[in-house]
Amino acid sequence: MSDTVGIVIVSHSRDIAKGTADMVRQMVGSEVRVAFCGGNPDGGLGTSVPSIIDAINDAWSAKGVAILVDLGGAETNSEMAVEMLEPARRDHVVVCNAPIVEGAVMAATEAAGGSTLAQVKAVAEELSAD
Amino acid sequence: MLDKADGQIFSGNVRLIHAVGMHARPAVKLTKLAKKFQAQISVRVEGAAEWINAKSVAKIMAMRAAHGSTIEIKASGGSDAEAAVAALVKLIETDFPDEVS
Repeated sequence: MSDTVGIVIVSHSRDIAKGTADMVRQMVGSEVRVAFCGGNPDGGLGTSVPSIIDAINDAWSAKGVAILVDLGGAETNSEMAVEMLEPARRDHVVVCNAPIVEGAVMAATEAAGGSTLAQVKAVAEELSAD
Repeated sequence: MLDKADGQIFSGNVRLIHAVGMHARPAVKLTKLAKKFQAQISVRVEGAAEWINAKSVAKIMAMRAAHGSTIEIKASGGSDAEAAVAALVKLIETDFPDEVS
């Protein structure tokens, strides 16, 4: 189980983040660790750096973690969360430039086969390649 | 249904009985299974111009194979090419059952 890249889903909406994570678990299976976060601490729309760090820790794998985000702030906060990790772990976390739902499903499918973090990111980003 | 083509290429054909064709969930199952084999595996809707890498979930989803279409599978390289074709034929033939493992 720890042999597969972990997936983190970051949305402004907790419902979207949770729904995306549910789709990944149902479609791909339980061999890939999936964590999600969404919404601000007051229960409104938004993303928060501490929640993203918690999600990265939940999904942590020695092979690394791929993060899927929705709009602007989700991306910048995710990048900030990655920068705040210990240097040794920082290089094992990437933010994917991909649509959140499709990217998460494809990244998890690739991860389930035991692929590297770079391969997982490339597959998620195939969708935005053209 | 399997026939040995020239050299080390193995191939098979199977009819897609899944009610809505090759949509997201079957595509994920097919890709995950394909990735368990070392061999290079390609699929296409019968007669289509291009072969698609069976290990690429994005491409398999995008092939939009319809219900009732015939899927051609070919595999080469690795010692498991023949087994890969057999496994994928079985997966499609049995309408993508949930994994037993």
